[in-house]
Amino acid sequence: MKAPDFSYEKPTTISDVLALLANNELECQLLAGGQSLMPMMNFRMANPGTLVDISNVSELSGIYERKETIEIGAMVRYRELELSKIIKTHCPLISMVLPYVAHAAIRNRGTIGGSIGLSDPAAELPAVLLVLDGKIEITSEKGIRLEPANTFFKGVYETSCEPDELITKIILPKKQPKQKFGFHEIARRHGDYAMAGVCILQDVDLNVRVAFFGVADRAVRSIAVENLLSGNSYLSGELIKNAQNVLNDIEFEGDMNAGPEAKQHIAKVVLERALKEMKND
Amino acid sequence: MTGPATVFDKPTDYIGKSIPRSDASRLLRGQGRYVDDMQLPRMVHAVFLRSPYAHAKINSIDISQAIDLQGVVAIFTGKDIAQHVEPYVGVLSHLPGLRSPAQYPLAVDVARWQGEPVAVVICASRALGEDALEYIKVDYEQIPAVTDTLDAMSSEAPLIHKEYDSNLAWKREVEFGNLEEALAQDDVVVVEKQIKFGRHTGVTLETRATVCDYIPGDEQLIMYYAGQAPHMLQFILAKHLDMLEENVRVVAHDVGGSFGIKVHTYGDEIATAIIAKLLKRPVKFTADRLESFVTDIHARDHVVDAKIGVKKDGTIVGMGFNDFTGIGPFSMYPRTSAIECNQILNLTGAPYQFEHYHAVGNVVFQNKTLMCQYRAVGHPIAMAISDCMIEEAARVIGMDPVKIRKKNLIPDDAYPTKSVTGMRFDDLSHHACLDKLLEIMDYEGLLVDQQKERGNGIYRGIGFVSLVEVTNPSPMFYGVGGAPIASQDGATVRLDAAGALHVSSSVTEQGQGTNAILQQIAADVFGVAIERVKVTTGDTATVPYGGGTWASRGAGIGGEAMLLASHALKEQVLETAAVILQAKPENLDISSGEVISKESGEQKISLGDLAKIVYYRGNELPNDLRPELIATRHYRVTDFPFVFTNGAMAAHVEVDTNTGFIKILHFWAVEDCGRVINPQLVDDQIRGGVVQGIGGALYEECIYDTDGQMQNASMADYLVPMASEMPEITVAHVETYTKTSVLGAKGAGEAGTGGAPAAIMNAVNNALEPLNCGLWQMPMTPERVLKALGKIK
Ligand SMILES: Cc1cc2nc3c(=O)[nH]c(=O)nc-3n(C[C@H](O)[C@H](O)[C@H](O)COP(=O)(O)OP(=O)(O)OC[C@H]3O[C@@H](n4cnc5c(N)ncnc54)[C@H](O)[C@@H]3O)c2cc1C
Repeated sequence: MKAPDFSYEKPTTISDVLALLANNELECQLLAGGQSLMPMMNFRMANPGTLVDISNVSELSGIYERKETIEIGAMVRYRELELSKIIKTHCPLISMVLPYVAHAAIRNRGTIGGSIGLSDPAAELPAVLLVLDGKIEITSEKGIRLEPANTFFKGVYETSCEPDELITKIILPKKQPKQKFGFHEIARRHGDYAMAGVCILQDVDLNVRVAFFGVADRAVRSIAVENLLSGNSYLSGELIKNAQNVLNDIEFEGDMNAGPEAKQHIAKVVLERALKEMKND
Repeated sequence: MTGPATVFDKPTDYIGKSIPRSDASRLLRGQGRYVDDMQLPRMVHAVFLRSPYAHAKINSIDISQAIDLQGVVAIFTGKDIAQHVEPYVGVLSHLPGLRSPAQYPLAVDVARWQGEPVAVVICASRALGEDALEYIKVDYEQIPAVTDTLDAMSSEAPLIHKEYDSNLAWKREVEFGNLEEALAQDDVVVVEKQIKFGRHTGVTLETRATVCDYIPGDEQLIMYYAGQAPHMLQFILAKHLDMLEENVRVVAHDVGGSFGIKVHTYGDEIATAIIAKLLKRPVKFTADRLESFVTDIHARDHVVDAKIGVKKDGTIVGMGFNDFTGIGPFSMYPRTSAIECNQILNLTGAPYQFEHYHAVGNVVFQNKTLMCQYRAVGHPIAMAISDCMIEEAARVIGMDPVKIRKKNLIPDDAYPTKSVTGMRFDDLSHHACLDKLLEIMDYEGLLVDQQKERGNGIYRGIGFVSLVEVTNPSPMFYGVGGAPIASQDGATVRLDAAGALHVSSSVTEQGQGTNAILQQIAADVFGVAIERVKVTTGDTATVPYGGGTWASRGAGIGGEAMLLASHALKEQVLETAAVILQAKPENLDISSGEVISKESGEQKISLGDLAKIVYYRGNELPNDLRPELIATRHYRVTDFPFVFTNGAMAAHVEVDTNTGFIKILHFWAVEDCGRVINPQLVDDQIRGGVVQGIGGALYEECIYDTDGQMQNASMADYLVPMASEMPEITVAHVETYTKTSVLGAKGAGEAGTGGAPAAIMNAVNNALEPLNCGLWQMPMTPERVLKALGKIK
């Protein structure tokens, strides 16, 4: 369990990072908080030629309030998100999920860019981005593009981010006064990746977005559940039951802790619990 | 037991008190001396190439590319290593019929489990060695793997060892009375269940590690080792490396947890020793966590078809079972992989009085990591078979689980007596423990709460276990069967010229606090301040000969030897003092480092002054007085094969019937380990044991696919219980001293692990009772609970 040999670069500007990424021969991989990448390297599942440590790129840090959005630098660590007043006020769903992301020691180092860039199917933040309709700013020497979360996550550890690209920012809409949020997850032990979890947004216009994590090959929305719930101001017990019943449009995938059927069952339970908590709010 | 009974006549100074461990300060400062911390001049690293397949023929190994890589010193294949070692065979003569082929440190022609070493790179660093592994080309030819224990016994199963007619390693049948006839009677209610116990392992914080050094000038091999039984390993290295035993020295400094994992013969460690001898330089091997998961012994892995017969009034008529256990491709050397099954055959139902018993144990080869003795060997299975079947029978006849126990537990005044299988018991206290348990847990209150909450759709359950624990084993455990495993231990106590005590013992410190209790006993019995006792353990060059740490024997056997040695030294000192003081020895005593008058308490001479006279100014003594100021005593249990302890435990759980999650709300353990030497250490042993029992009951499982690939060999995927999920664990004691020793201490190390799983399974099934379902498989995972509830298929 020792990483194979690699070169190490620690650039300080985005353009230097991009120059390194653009050089195919270097076989670069970005290192953010290292909480996922380092174990993968030690298991020899990741084998970068050059490790590009982006922790000194100051352009990637900081949480900024814009007119309608909040912009979060890719290198912002979970701990910073936990402490941020801006996040608490404008992105309450992030504040709701953070205590469930790993353990304090990991949150001290892990970053939002790393979580999004990794696309672990059981991670919380990709689901948060899906329901908030977040955008991911991706930069390369070819330019900057904004990718909606909806099309960004492709599969287990697979995203639309190309090898020469760098996630520079996460852009989230600010909370609107009448929006409601829901979240619930179940993990075997506190701090473990979830067996199943859900993030929910009930928008001002009563449109509902629902995204699950830990149950498929990536964070996924259930359009069937969204359609059923949308337009209802009151989340009645019957509505919640019906929502559970239509949760069939996800390709549930099992893992070591539970087969697909158990995943689906527990997904229904977390959905029910999150909706009930929203109803009681 | 005859002996210096005067030991406890005086008010006890240290024994019985929660004295802080003297090594805590050093360890907390980061000054532990663990094997992996060692750096010796010219040291190289052993890095093992391990079979990626559970079963494969090794056609050839090509090292030509790897050997030239940076840092590589040498490469050895299984065949190379085999030339320098006498293979070992994990059988014992008191387990008749047990068979297992000769095993080599590295696979030679066939690899038989995923993780079995096939070659080893000796390299300047571990990292470079891992690079080199990628360049060794092994031509494997995969053979179908046998993974499921029951499938392994079918006639179509591939044979793991061609020389045998089946994959059966051992079978034993035990019959007393006539169970089948007794259960056929009209007034007997018979309950049958299949109980499954998952395969898990003991995750030590410090992984297995060794540094082996060979000193040609002395012809001496020194093995620094993170393990439990230095003298056993000394014998094994000498025998299998063809050396004189005195030329092998095994040293264990600090050890970061063992739990039985580190008391076996591991091929990678033996190969490291062989290579150090061949290369005449120090070689280090430290298992990483991945290697630990696929090479440290696993435990449990049983499928048990059990039955019990009770009368309507709750009287147990008899019980029986058929156990199949998968042990991997070999029986582990030298303790064998049949002991767990043997324990189950011997111990099931042991707390209870009944006449009819029929049990069969089948020990089966399979292509998984070797299985062997892990904390509470066999106990969790044996206690679960009897106590879960008893509670199930109680449910069927509508009887309270406490009531049925009280009816059948061996009465406290029945000792000495025997169990149905002939286990000899003395000084046990099942009823006193159960009574104490009920007192501390408020059983009645919990029952009221249970009824009330069921109305709210909340399902809580209460489950019990009454248990025995094998502790303080005599030679009948291993030695009788030809194993190089000492059941006796020695202690040496020496007074130095400054009046301090230097004590050494053959029992070992694994982090459990053995050194602390040895220090307490010596200081107390001899009569010096505890800070003035220095303890040495773990080094075969300096400590008396003995067995080390296993089977809950450190306090009961090692402690007794220390008591006897301390007392012997005290008698010597008093004899010398009497001459110096012109007094009678029987009128003198030792207290706080001073020889005092027994009657007045007046200080007569300090131990330092006395020692200085003896060591420096012997001319002041009569010529015929030749004080030794050092005493050694050995102790073994003679009157019984084992000194059993007992206890009673209860779990209070809540089953979330929507998610299948089980939350343990509270756990109570009452334990009778005889004399408690250090209450805090004993309580922590019980708590730690309970936590490992909870692990087996709810979380820990080595998950294999059908090809024999372990799926969860990492700390992220293999679920050890963590603090957040652990309940409050309340511990209480009943102290019935064993008459086999002066100290009166029995063991306490394994009770929690042995008892907790049964109590938890009982509590879960008690919770599920109103839902008309039950769960009989450990670990009781959410998915299995959901299946039991019929929520998923
Ligand atoms: C014990 C444990 C428990 C955990 N539990 C959880 C949990 O419950 N929920 C959860 O969400 N996570 C969990 N994690 C994962 C943790 O949150 C990771 O740290 C996180 O997912 C990755 O962030 P990082 O900054 O450490 O990224 P790194 O490990 O440095 O990188 C991860 C991947 O993202 C890529 N990457 C990083 N930054 C960028 C960027 N700016 N642009 C493009 N690609 C980039 C890297 O190249 C790499 O492939 C757990 C981890 C551990 C060790």
